[in-house]
Formats: sequence, structure tokens, C-alpha cells
Amino acid sequence: MAFNIYDFTSFTQSIDQALYEWLPPFWALLVEMTIIGLVFLLFYAIVGLFLVYAERKVCAFMQNRVGPNRVGPYGVFQTIADFIKLLMKELVYIKNSDKLLFNIAPFIVIIASFMAIAAIPFAKGLHAIDFDIGIMYVIAVTSLGVIGVLLAGWSSNNKYSLIGAMRSGAQIISYELSVGLSLLTIIVLAGTMQFSQVVEMQSTGWFIFKGHIPAFIAFVIFLIASTAETNRGPFDLAEAESELTAGFHTEYSGIKFAFFFLAEYMNMFIVASIAATVFLGGWMPFHIYGWEGFNHVMDFIPPLVWYFGKTAFVIWLMMWFKWTFPRLRIDQLLTLEWKYLLPINLVNILIMAFIVLMGWHF
Amino acid sequence: MDSEKLTDKILEIVPEAQQEENKQFLTFLIPPDKLKTLTTHLKEEKELDFDYLFCLTGVDWGTELGVVYHLTSTSLNHSVELKVKTDNRETPEFDTVTDLWMTADFFEREVWDLFGIRFTGHPDLRRILLEEDWVGYPMRKDYTDEVNIVEL
Amino acid sequence: MKEIINLPVQSIEEEEYHINMGPQHPSTHGVLRLVVTLQGEIVKKLQPHCGYIHRGIEKMCEKDTYQQIIHLTDRMDYLSAHINNHAVCLLVEGALEVEVPERVKYIRTILDELNRIASHQLWWSSFGMDLGGLTCFFYGLRDREHILDIFEESFGSRLLHSYYTPGGLMRDVHPNFQKRVKDFLKYNRKKIKDYDRILSGNVIFLERSKGVGVLSKELAINYGVTGPSGRGSGWACDIRKKHPYAMYDKVEFREVLRHEGDTYSRYMVRIDEMRESMNIIEQLIDNIPEGDFSAKMKPIIRLPEGEYYQCVESARGELGIYCISDGNKNPVRMKFRTPSFVNLGVLDKISREMKIADLVAIGASLDLVIPDIDR
Repeated sequence: MAFNIYDFTSFTQSIDQALYEWLPPFWALLVEMTIIGLVFLLFYAIVGLFLVYAERKVCAFMQNRVGPNRVGPYGVFQTIADFIKLLMKELVYIKNSDKLLFNIAPFIVIIASFMAIAAIPFAKGLHAIDFDIGIMYVIAVTSLGVIGVLLAGWSSNNKYSLIGAMRSGAQIISYELSVGLSLLTIIVLAGTMQFSQVVEMQSTGWFIFKGHIPAFIAFVIFLIASTAETNRGPFDLAEAESELTAGFHTEYSGIKFAFFFLAEYMNMFIVASIAATVFLGGWMPFHIYGWEGFNHVMDFIPPLVWYFGKTAFVIWLMMWFKWTFPRLRIDQLLTLEWKYLLPINLVNILIMAFIVLMGWHF
Repeated sequence: MDSEKLTDKILEIVPEAQQEENKQFLTFLIPPDKLKTLTTHLKEEKELDFDYLFCLTGVDWGTELGVVYHLTSTSLNHSVELKVKTDNRETPEFDTVTDLWMTADFFEREVWDLFGIRFTGHPDLRRILLEEDWVGYPMRKDYTDEVNIVEL
Repeated sequence: MKEIINLPVQSIEEEEYHINMGPQHPSTHGVLRLVVTLQGEIVKKLQPHCGYIHRGIEKMCEKDTYQQIIHLTDRMDYLSAHINNHAVCLLVEGALEVEVPERVKYIRTILDELNRIASHQLWWSSFGMDLGGLTCFFYGLRDREHILDIFEESFGSRLLHSYYTPGGLMRDVHPNFQKRVKDFLKYNRKKIKDYDRILSGNVIFLERSKGVGVLSKELAINYGVTGPSGRGSGWACDIRKKHPYAMYDKVEFREVLRHEGDTYSRYMVRIDEMRESMNIIEQLIDNIPEGDFSAKMKPIIRLPEGEYYQCVESARGELGIYCISDGNKNPVRMKFRTPSFVNLGVLDKISREMKIADLVAIGASLDLVIPDIDR
């Protein structure tokens, strides 16, 4: 197929083979892991900074403002300047806080989001690790973040933080269900949990089109639930700055605050890329059945462009929510999940299973 | 109810009330011990129905301390102004009207805060605008504060 | 020795705890401190602690002349500064029985209503922000800016105007005034529809505001909750209708009333009031008569001995001024019955058994301005 011209498999495999030829297996593995770690660390920082900038620009656009425009052309270096500022700020020590947990919490949050990136395929052959239970792994790992949030709220010795953390706990545990079930709907359709195969199967059409209405419903539910899981508006109850000042990270300053801040944006990137991968075909180009010429043109757009384009679209949707909706109340939030999303999801899976059984999908 | 009838009615309830001259409102000076009786009647009686206390003011007339109540009826559209005065500048005390008009809660706390007039029966009489440990009652005419008040 | 007045020992049930909302808190819009007793997320009790910016305006009035007092009233409810000034002017004019020129009445009414719109726009912005819709804040402030520009052109100040003097105005309005006000009205009619689109019709907003913080009419009267908050409970308490001043008895306008008494109805009353204010301005703006901008007044004003009460409808409710004069150039006692101070009293009553998020919404819907509480 034409998109094989952008196959990264031979590239990554040649590096892998070269390393194993030069070094004993253990050291080769170690060097490989280090390289991947460094690449992701860099990637993480760039994406995080870019997303913060993008959010500020999008939000400015929604609010009739200009947004950052002083540091660098169009203010692109604003976030870098902010980050340097955050690095240099004093770390405030909170009296009577649980020091160990207080210091660990930002790392837990950031590690959880860091781990999730590993399983995501950016292009053919370009992923750190291709689990055969990739989707399950991502669901499991992203929910680790809530532990960090809970610890942060608990250890800060601040009631606002505690309320924020408790809200966040209730919220993430509830919405985890919807995220899992909406992905399960697609797993029923795909018959696999391996990300590379999920993407491969969408070469004939994205799942959101392939799976008829149930897949679309699953996509909408995933969007809502994942917005809630990343603690973003209109579900930003954990930070709810007009109610709880800054929620669970009220007492954090400097680089520790920056960790929470970056983790929030990375989580947004991760759920957007899962949505792009599972529902919108990942790095697969857009094809219309029968339009050969059109399809060939689409094939020549590199998969990385497709992948990041789709992810950016989903991220933009999430930013749009945040800047137009008011915030929900905690009981309404839980009502939405347990009384609406969950039942709809369960019925949706049944319909999807029925469609798959009858072979009605494309 | 027009003002003549209202005057008669109030004098019927409290014969000791003295009418004062005022262009805007019907004004009565009430003996402090009759305040409770009168306000209760004004609020509860259907033909009076003074349901809205729109202003409660503490006043220092120089020698006397007092409180001015402005009452009106939202249904019957008549208003009255009541005054209570006392010579006691050490421990001035009047009955509260909080049980009749909840809006008096904050007003009376303010009067206590600034004039030092106690209201018996007020549920939560604390200083409201000043700090808890403020000494003296600044709105009184004889209040002096060399540090904070600059006399020109 | 300092006399220490102890706080009454607050009884705390099991599983209840206090949080201090304020004096620095994003949703109290100033330095108001609310000691909230919570059980989980549910508000069990609320104690307002005010006075953080108490400046003793009433005490200062006792040393000031009436012209000076006007400048102090700006600083109470800074969002409806014109209306506060108007109250003092009306009090003095009423006491001296001065008839102000027609032109002054027209301009004062227009400015009052512009001020009311500006105040409601700022309220709308912060209300949206308190509910988490941050975009509202910029929309509201963008439109309010136009009014402030009109103010700035005519009398140089944007927030604290002190433009009214007893007997008239400080100086005449700018020649552009009429045109700019008309342009603004045309502009604002479009923008108010935006407000409805972004907030009033939003499902989440309706869920958050309907049935939250219900205040019945009887309670509103008993607590003296006036202004849009009182009218949201169905109490016709508009001073502009009850005791008309300036041009309010000559213009036609509707007193916006809603009967549900919840946060949503208080919200809608204010939105509709902006439209009514624009109707009032439209009726007046083309007919401003020519003439003096001030009546002849003596440089030193001495009110005749006696007591005076003057109320006006500020953007937050009934602003009453009770003044006792002994015939001197400064009053014996000047009492400001400020609407926010009285409206704050009801907050505890209607926010009990509600969530923290509701408390924020209710507090915002009462439209408290902290300097107006503390004076």
C-alpha cells in the first residue's frame, strides 16, 4: 500500500539491530531505553509547552483577545519564558504538611501521564512499545494520576486542597468507567487491543465511520468522559478556581506547580491521541472508498501530519468546551456519569456487539 | 391608611408616644420600654402591616443616644418613623426588633458596633464593621482617637 | 487594657468543619470573609465577617460639607457611582427645595441608567466567571468599556465620577454625548443577545442556577432584600416606580419582576433590566432640552434644621440616605442604608443545605459590592 513509503519500521529496527550487534543484549537494551526515554522527555517538554501556548491563543481567540504576543514572534516563546520563571521560583514549604507525600505527589501525576505515551503509535513502526493489550494498559496507567492528585490534596494541610482532591477522586473514578466502556465498544468492533492493529484495521475506514452510530456515540462519550478525566473545564471541579481557589494544587509553587500544570496538558494530549488513534484512524490517512486519485493524494501526506492533525483537532474541541461552558456542580457531574453516560454506554456496547455479530459494519 | 388614622392608631397602642414634626414621615418618639409593644403591633396587625424595616439608624444627639426606625408597609403603602432615646450613655439598651424584621440583625449589630447601644434579645450581637478588640464606639460624638482621626 | 469581646463558641457537629472563604478569595470579589461551616460539600452555616475596608464614611461625613460628601459616596458602591451621587444631590435639593433645570434631570437619568447597565454588565461578567464560564468575563468587560468611554469623554473619569453637584452637574456634557450614547445603544442591543447565547441558554448554567438559593417574597421583604435580587423574588421594590425622582415619572418602563426567587430569576431580572434601562435612555436621549447645567446654588450649603430621608434605586437595590441637620454646613448624622449591606444578611439563610458551588452562585447572584457593605 502507498502509505508504506512512510514506514518507520525499517528505521527503528535497523537501530535496534545495530545496537544489538555492537553491544551485549543487556547493555543494548539499556541504551535503547535511554534513547527512548530522552526522546520522550524532549517530546514531552515540547508538546507541553506548545499546548500551553496553544491554549492561551485559542482562549484569547474565543474571548476577543490577542493572547501572548510579546515574547518572540506571535508570543511563541511566552510559555518558555513562563517555564523559566516557574523553575526559578521559590518552593514554599507548607507548615504541618506531610512532607514526603507533598513532594512525591507531582511526580506521581507526571509519571502517570509519561507512562501512557509509551503505548501510543505515532506512525507505522514509531512507538516505544506495542503491547497486545495496549488499550487496557493506557486505561490502567492514565488512572494512576488520580493517586497523585489525592496525595497532593491530602498532604497540603489545606481544606480547599482536600475538597478538590476528594472531588477529583470521585470524578476520575466515575468517569474511568465511561472511558473504559467507550473504548470497549471499539474493541468489540476491532477484536483487538493492540494499538498497531487497531490502526492497521482502520486502513479501510476510520472506526468512527465503520462502526455506524454506536461508534459515533462511543466517540462523543469518550470525549466527554476524557475531558472529565483530565480535570478540564467544564469538569474542572478539582481546581474550580472560583470555589476552591486552585483546588488540589493550591499550596504548590514553582516547579512542583509546573509539574501539575504540564501533566494536565500532557493528559489532554494523551486522551486526544487515544481518541485520534482509536476513533479517527490514528496515523491512517483519510480515504473515501472508490476515489482512487483522492486516496493517493491523501496517502502522500505523512502519517505524522495525520496523527498530529487529528490529535490537534480533538484538543481544539476540548479547549472549545472549556472556554464556552460554565462549570458543573459535583452532584450534577456524578449524575451525568451514573445516570446518563453509563447506561447509554452499556446499551451502546450491546448494539455494537450485535452489529459485529450480524456483520453489518463495513 | 392615611396619617391621621395612623396617628390615632399608634397613640391608641402607646399613649405616651410624642409626635414630632417632620415633612416626610409621620414621626413618633417612643419611650424605650414601649418599643417592643408598638413594633409588635405595627408588624402583626393586619390593618397596619408594617412588614418592611427599610432603615435603622443609630444617632448620637450630643446628650442622648437613640435609634431611629423607618418602617413601611409594602401592601398598604404607609410609612412611619419611630425614635427611641436614652440619656444613659454608659449602658444604653433597647429591645431588639430582630424577631420581627430579620433585616434588623445587621443594622443592630452595626449600631452596637459604632454607638455601643445594646439590643436585648439580639441573637448574635457582635461588632460587625470594626475589629473584635476595638475600644470605644467611634460614631459617638465624644469619641476621641488622636492616632486615627485628624482634626482640621 | 483592651476590651476583648469573645466570639460565641460555635457549636460544631461531628463531621463538620470550617473553611474561610476570603478575605482573599476569587469569588467574594473583594475583601469579604465568609466563615462557612461545611459537612462534606454541604453548607451548614455561614457567618459573614465584613469591615475589612471600613473607612468610616459616615463618621467622615460629620466633618464634611455636602459637596464633599458626594465624593465619599462614589467610594461606597463604586460600580454605580452616579446613582450614589444622585442620592446626595436629591437629598440636598429636596431639603433646600431647589428646582433643578430640566436638562439636568434628563442627563442625570440617562447617566444613572448607563451606570446601571455598566454595573450589570460587570456583574454579568463576574457571575459567569464564578460559574466557571471565563469567556463571559471578557464579553461583559468589552461592552462595559464603551460606557466608560462615554463617561470619560464627558467628565474625565471612568469609575468614580463625582459629576453631580447639589443643584446640577459639574459641567455640561460633551457635544458628542448624544451621538455616542445612541451608537452604544445600537451596539449593546446586539451584544445582549450574545449574553443570552453564551450563558442564559446554556444547559449547564440552567442546571446550576434553577432552584438554587430560593428566596421567597415574604423572606425578601423581611430581610429587606431590594433591587434586582428582591424583584427576582416577585417583590415590586423599585424606587424608580415607588418614589419617582428625576425623570422616572415621565418615562415609560417596565418594572422587571420574576416570581421564582432562585438564582436564575435574579439573573434574568438583571439581564432584562439592562434592556429596560436602554428603553429609558432611548426615550430621553433625543429630547434633552437646552438650558443650564446647574441651578444657582450658594457656595456653602446649609441644610435647614431637621431630618431628611432620600432613597434612590441603585444598581444593587435601595440606597437610602438618612440625614439629620442642625442648620450647620455639615450634617449631625448621615446614615447610608446601602443595599449590599442589607442583602448580605440573607446569604446565610438561602445558602444553607446547598453545595459550595451553589454558595458561590448565590453570592454572585446577590451582586454584593464589598465597599458598599463596609462603607
